[in-house]
Amino acid sequence: MLKTFSLGGIHPAENKLSASSAIQVLPIPETVSIPISQHIGAPATPVVKKNDEVKVGQLIAKSSGFVSANIHSSVSGTVFKVDDIMDASGFRKTSIIIKVDGDEWMETIDRSEDLVKEISAGKEEIIKKIAEAGIVGLGGATFPAHVKLSVPPGKTAEVLIINAVECEPYLTSDHRVMLEKGDEVLVGTQILMKALDVDRAIVGIENNKPDAIAHLTKLAGNYKGIEICPLKTQYPQGGEKQLISATIKREIPSGALPIEVGAVVQNVGTALAVYEAVQKNKPLFERVATITGKSLKNPSNWKFRIGTPVKDLIDAAGGLPEDTGKIVGGGPMMGKALTTVDVPLTKGSSGLLLLPREEAVRKESKPCIRCGKCVSVCPMGLEPFLLMVLADKKEYDRLENDAVMDCIECGSCSFTCPANRPLLDYIRLGKGKVGQIMRSRK
Amino acid sequence: MNTKVLVAPSPHVHSGDSIQKNMYGVVFAMLPALVFSFVYFGMGAIIVTLTAVASCYLFEFLISKYLLKKVPTITDGSALITGILLAFNLPANLPIWIILIGALVAIGIGKMTFGGLGNNVFNPALVGRVFLLISFPVQMTSWPKPLGFDTAYFDAQTGATPLALIKEGLKKGEPLSQLMHDVPGNMDLLMGNTGGSMGEVAGIALLLGLAYMLFKKIITWHIPVAVLGTVAILSGILHMSNPEAYAGPLFHILTGGLLLGAIFMATDYVTSPMSNKGMIIYGIGIGLLTVIIRVFGAYPEGVSFAILIMNAFVPLINVYVKPKRFGEKRK
Repeated sequence: MLKTFSLGGIHPAENKLSASSAIQVLPIPETVSIPISQHIGAPATPVVKKNDEVKVGQLIAKSSGFVSANIHSSVSGTVFKVDDIMDASGFRKTSIIIKVDGDEWMETIDRSEDLVKEISAGKEEIIKKIAEAGIVGLGGATFPAHVKLSVPPGKTAEVLIINAVECEPYLTSDHRVMLEKGDEVLVGTQILMKALDVDRAIVGIENNKPDAIAHLTKLAGNYKGIEICPLKTQYPQGGEKQLISATIKREIPSGALPIEVGAVVQNVGTALAVYEAVQKNKPLFERVATITGKSLKNPSNWKFRIGTPVKDLIDAAGGLPEDTGKIVGGGPMMGKALTTVDVPLTKGSSGLLLLPREEAVRKESKPCIRCGKCVSVCPMGLEPFLLMVLADKKEYDRLENDAVMDCIECGSCSFTCPANRPLLDYIRLGKGKVGQIMRSRK
Repeated sequence: MNTKVLVAPSPHVHSGDSIQKNMYGVVFAMLPALVFSFVYFGMGAIIVTLTAVASCYLFEFLISKYLLKKVPTITDGSALITGILLAFNLPANLPIWIILIGALVAIGIGKMTFGGLGNNVFNPALVGRVFLLISFPVQMTSWPKPLGFDTAYFDAQTGATPLALIKEGLKKGEPLSQLMHDVPGNMDLLMGNTGGSMGEVAGIALLLGLAYMLFKKIITWHIPVAVLGTVAILSGILHMSNPEAYAGPLFHILTGGLLLGAIFMATDYVTSPMSNKGMIIYGIGIGLLTVIIRVFGAYPEGVSFAILIMNAFVPLINVYVKPKRFGEKRK
């Protein structure tokens, strides 16, 4: 029996169309637009102005607090302007727009491909370097990585868990990173272990990626304290709480963080970025994303410079298919629908999914037949059917009592509902309102 | 870019499951029992089934269109289930006009008064059946004998059900070991070679249906196992305390409507609890009430009443029995 998390879960069609496509390098565009807020927390403060010359890897916006992240230029050229432009969320956000000229990197960056296994930096220095490099959680949540590594006083980390689950259907960027950058990922893991003072790390990989499991298991023999843990393919295993439950059988109490049970979770892409930052002095200005879709000519994986327009990625994969009905930034379960392709790719862009029109249109919502399937698939043990009704009736006290704030918005309920009810839409509304009420109480 | 794209919150994909798939899945699971009833009861079974199904569809259509004034949703398959389940609960020689009344009560009072599919408190087919049982006790308890494919409808030979035989005999003070010679053996009960309502006689066919529904994940094991387990344990205890007064667990499980009720009636989505824990409590309640009514009550059979009574407790169970929450703070 393969391990998996304790409650609920679903198994959507995997559709990993781009799994066998090696990572390619996306051409550098003529202009990049780099938003100063690509992470959870306070937006960074721009430190460049119009007409400044910048190099690849140069700091262009400075972290403005503990929970914030530095932003670096992904290209060399001239700052054209600092202006509000629309980003993937659909809102206008301050961005630094740079006209590209050549590809001149900062001299401090080690551009060689040689693997550096020896970790010379100490604990404090590692965390400092990770913060300076502007590394955020690359699984999609974009939480600043150095914050998770700074264990609060009174708590101890016992184990580092590397999230290589990639449970979202379609997405394959983490899968390719493991196959092509396996050693780098494992050195990155050891760096993270050193930063946390733990001697044990578990890499959780779902068994729909047997080649990645085999490859990393082989490599892990050369690294001390790293276990590769194959997991049963089950969504939403990539959720922090679910991954911890699957790998070390511990349940994070409601409202608490992973450190409560002695665990710290980092994404496999983050581990690669940490390797590059600490061993190669390379800040986070490029990453790998999947471009995929059933009608797309060439579903594939690309390393792109942050700030590249979404349109360039689509064009590289063969152009926008005729029947496109929805453009999703991220995976089909938790990704966000984009309104246009003229928005920049950012640190959190793990993939782009082009859904055909007939799949994008929601079916008509029917009355609830009380089948209880939403209850049985909920990985948090909630009652989505009830939360939807309570949110609709504005019964916020009961919503709070029925643990609406525990919802991780994985969408398993809406996915499963035979009556096509928009369960998660209503639950999100309810969560927003209950969150407001709870904050105002403080 | 000129392509217009949709923007909606996640998730952006759906399992493809639908109300119809579940409803017709249940109908498919009922086919073995339906075939058995046609084979054993012949023409009568076909007439009763067709009448029940057609009238359920008709009443649902008329009530939605002319009384509730909304677009009729008869294609969802739920009226078909109610029709077949109602037929399963009737003797195969019941006069047509009584079937019509049963269908009207089932759909009209059991389902549509509450607002239609998803809103009813009680299992519609059982509301219809119990209404008929109370209103027409003679017709509703004259069970035709399963004589193979019989073309006779009104003048079919009738006989009592095993449960009724036992109950009558015990009342007269006859010992159970004597009475058991007069009722069909376990193998006959399993194969349906006994008197009873159309759908309840063939245990094997009902179990096949259960296996299919579990395999297709239409229902979970919780309710059927809780009902049957409770009946087995309780009747087992009674049987051990006095084998001459109380029948054994296997007899209780194979006779009457217990399998039909536990597999197809108690598991009705709308009228059963939402959480697994709730389903088990509900199933235990049905099992308890069934044995109590059968052994100590006036009626020989108690499954219908047990399910209806527990249906009434479902809203309460849903409020007080919550699923196990992830990371629940332990007190």
